[in-house]
Amino acid sequence: MGTIEHVERVTDLRAWPGEFPVSHLYTMGIAGERFFRELKDSGRFLGTRCAACEHVYLPPSLFCPRCFAALEEWKEVGPQGVVRGVTTAHWGADGEPLETPETLALIQLDGADDVLVHRIEQVDGASIGDRVEAVLTEAAERKGSILDVRYFRPA
Amino acid sequence: MRERTTPLPGTPLSDAAIHRGDALTQEWPSSLRYAWDTGVAMGRFLSELKAGRIVGRRCERCQRVLVPPRMFCERCFRPTTAWQYVEDSGTISTFSESYIRWDVSRVAEPILIAVVELDGASQGGFLHFMGEVKPEDLRIGMKVKAVWKPPEERQGSILDIRYFRPFDSAQDRPA
Amino acid sequence: MRKVAVVGAGLTRFMRRAQETGPELAWLAASQALESCGLTLKDVDSVALGSAPDAFDGVHMKGEYLSAGAGGWGRPVIRPYAGGGTGVLMPVHAWFHVASGVSDVCLVVAEEKMSTCHPHPQGAFITIFDNILERPLEPNLIWIFALEMRRYMETYGITKEEIARVSVKNKRNGLDHPSTHVAQEITVQDVLDSEVMVAPVNRLDISPASDGAAAIVMVAEDVARRVTDKPVWIKGIGWNLDTTYWTNRDLAYPAYVERAARMAYKMAGVTEPRKQINIVEPYDPFSYKELHHLEGLLLADKGQAPKITADGVTQRNGNMPVCPSGGLLGVGNPIAAAGLMKVAEIFWQLRGEAGARQVPGQPKMGLAQAWGDLMQVGTVAVMGVD
Repeated sequence: MGTIEHVERVTDLRAWPGEFPVSHLYTMGIAGERFFRELKDSGRFLGTRCAACEHVYLPPSLFCPRCFAALEEWKEVGPQGVVRGVTTAHWGADGEPLETPETLALIQLDGADDVLVHRIEQVDGASIGDRVEAVLTEAAERKGSILDVRYFRPA
Repeated sequence: MRERTTPLPGTPLSDAAIHRGDALTQEWPSSLRYAWDTGVAMGRFLSELKAGRIVGRRCERCQRVLVPPRMFCERCFRPTTAWQYVEDSGTISTFSESYIRWDVSRVAEPILIAVVELDGASQGGFLHFMGEVKPEDLRIGMKVKAVWKPPEERQGSILDIRYFRPFDSAQDRPA
Repeated sequence: MRKVAVVGAGLTRFMRRAQETGPELAWLAASQALESCGLTLKDVDSVALGSAPDAFDGVHMKGEYLSAGAGGWGRPVIRPYAGGGTGVLMPVHAWFHVASGVSDVCLVVAEEKMSTCHPHPQGAFITIFDNILERPLEPNLIWIFALEMRRYMETYGITKEEIARVSVKNKRNGLDHPSTHVAQEITVQDVLDSEVMVAPVNRLDISPASDGAAAIVMVAEDVARRVTDKPVWIKGIGWNLDTTYWTNRDLAYPAYVERAARMAYKMAGVTEPRKQINIVEPYDPFSYKELHHLEGLLLADKGQAPKITADGVTQRNGNMPVCPSGGLLGVGNPIAAAGLMKVAEIFWQLRGEAGARQVPGQPKMGLAQAWGDLMQVGTVAVMGVD
């Protein structure tokens, strides 16, 4: 549900306008750097494994949040996986209707215990349990970003 | 700390390394805009600025005139009782000259700022610019007077006052 | 209420920019703190997590984001926040967890990753100013320090040279700290010759923004006796907040620091702080703040902190060492982590484990203090070996 009232001119409200004039430049982190480099350079997905907790983290983590161990075991996961959750968005991030609805899914890549959020190519027909595979941008265009994955599509 | 001689953990990253692409980064430009309700006290305060006046609120219990005005007194926690105008003249309680802007970029000519305690307010006042004065002549305790924008330029903003300048006994009314 | 002890501590480097994410920084410090006292994450039954504005790291609900790195998975976690005061608010806050009996082992973590904020972390500080009255003036955070420094100097007749001695002392002390990106050997003249930012503040009067994390482990008495023969007890805590209407206050004296100190002294049974407090880590983001805070802590008469500094009282081998770590000026300023670093320093000093920074004479009681918001918050922790 959206906002109850939509105000066109904030000056009608005797309000004082202002901005938050900063932007943010994030580093990927130690684990993230390796994950995104691998995606960019080789088109592969990597996770880290905690042997004690028997859990493969994706995105990979430098440490196990469950037992706090340093994680040094890296393993390849995906590029295929299973849909664990799915929804279709009809509104965009700015609260405006989308021209074309977007399907987003929680995808558990083969070998990983966690899910990634990403888009699914087909709007209708995506269901929990579907097998999907990652479709990447061309190698030369990859930046080391989650958007190096264009979307997932039925495998 | 076990007589540590080995460096502590952490991986410093220089600007140069980022420019070279040694480390991947992700940029997120913010687009946060706000429209704050002014509230009763500040709403009136701004309207009065537009009219060329400075208004405070009186706390009867504490016998204080509060500028900036507020609808409750934070000392005795009671509602303030009345509006009360104060002078647009006052005294500098502290001042400075800034060679940097909000984003740390440098300016050639210093921005002169002062906290002005207004005549008629109980240690009440606000931060503003100083003008028509050389930095080296600024003093704590200096008497100052507001220089306003002409009425047609005022918007109901703290910037309706352009700056404060040294009080001139020849032309300014005494408080 | 139960007795509470600090039994372990950990620290990352303080850096201009870290490659690590916030959670990674938190984990580096937190895991080190646990390791230092032979405890594991399994032993931890509550987490106190401190971090200053979300705007720096650029992650909304930063506490939740950081919590996995602070050992918060599946545990009770609270993130208190008091701007720069956060680092010493952490032991204040964590004390209640353990003293009340709700928790036996509290992992206390403070993290900051300011470098994420562009064009400069100070840009995020613009929101500290009143949105209606002050932001239209486009102020810089340093303005309020300059205004306070000027008022302090004029009220007591203090010179820039006297204040510059603090930068010289702390930056030199910082050379002995394993984390050093701002430590250096400088002279009073170097400080006076450095770029004027907002008069009377020069560049070398300021501790620059940093990334980093710190962590300590606070435990109940029976756990403390089990894991160490040198527990450092939390003897007293205090905290106090002054009004946001900073233009209606006399900035010459931090009354809120005094109120926080009195609260902590009362709890600790300290009746003569200048005799009983052997070592002090007051918050020193700017050189004059160390002096300002020493007076608020009642460790020097009003206007007299410069004199005891000039007399060498506050050097490591003086009668009352101040910022033996190097402080923020000598080690760096990742807001919340900086305050907790001071608590960790007192911990190491009281146990004789501060290495090259160790003050002589086996100090028995120490005090860490932090400060923040719009010249508003005082947070104090008094720690002792008996």
